[in-house]
Amino acid sequence: MSDPVSALNGASFNGFATIREIGPLGMITLRAKGVKALDKAVKSVTGTKLAAPRRIEINGDRACGWMSPDEYLLVVPYAEVTAALASLAKALAGEHYLAVDVSDARAIFRVEGDKAADVLRKLAPVDFEALEPGELRRTRAAQVAAAMWAEGGGFTVVCFRSVAGYVMGLLTHSAQRGSEL
Amino acid sequence: MLILECPYCGVKADETELSPGYEAHLKRFGPGASPEEFEAYMFARKNPKGVHFERWRHTYGCGKWFLAARCTATLEVFGTYPAQVSEPPADIIAKIQARRPGWTPDWKAPK
Repeated sequence: MSDPVSALNGASFNGFATIREIGPLGMITLRAKGVKALDKAVKSVTGTKLAAPRRIEINGDRACGWMSPDEYLLVVPYAEVTAALASLAKALAGEHYLAVDVSDARAIFRVEGDKAADVLRKLAPVDFEALEPGELRRTRAAQVAAAMWAEGGGFTVVCFRSVAGYVMGLLTHSAQRGSEL
Repeated sequence: MLILECPYCGVKADETELSPGYEAHLKRFGPGASPEEFEAYMFARKNPKGVHFERWRHTYGCGKWFLAARCTATLEVFGTYPAQVSEPPADIIAKIQARRPGWTPDWKAPK
């Protein structure tokens, strides 16, 4: 089997904050609402509880994020996606749900540094002062959809793979030295 | 800048994160309707100076449609509410009437 390659091959930039394209990361879109076994199914995959509205539950390299009232984002190691889907299928058998591997449809960035929030402040209409730890914020980064959350002294930004180059350009430009807010 | 709170995810989303869906609470007239009814459904829209009910979609967020009551003259937002209703809920009407004492709903209360 061919090796998975992230959208920008791990591009990085050092400005007043560090931008790194990470990945590939295993991601599953899980759509379900009002399904009883959902808590257990998610726990079996990520080891976390089901995320409450606008939250992300992080457990090492796994996470469960709340995307909308009927949609969750499950993050797992890339190699474990197939097993995770099988585990979901087993736990949710007979229920009305949808789980899809979207790992290769996404690009993931890390924005790190003391002023990491400044990089994103210029790009998204988000009040970062009010953004709580463990809050997953879906918004836009300039012209494209993005999701972001604070994690380990920085932010993780997720966007569509097709706009990875555009988002890298945005982040790079926004993190230029001398352009701190 | 118009800021609306999405009733599904609670995000105070600014206008650029949302897509407009124009007038809310339209009643659909389809097959079997008279030409006048269909024309009114298709084309006739309210254009009030004052209280207005609109559909909005939280496009860059949770992706859900919701409804908002706001004033077209002052851009004051009276409130937002989920879209699964055929007319504005009582608490929204109360909020509007608290701010606009002379305002009354222009639809008939269901019997």
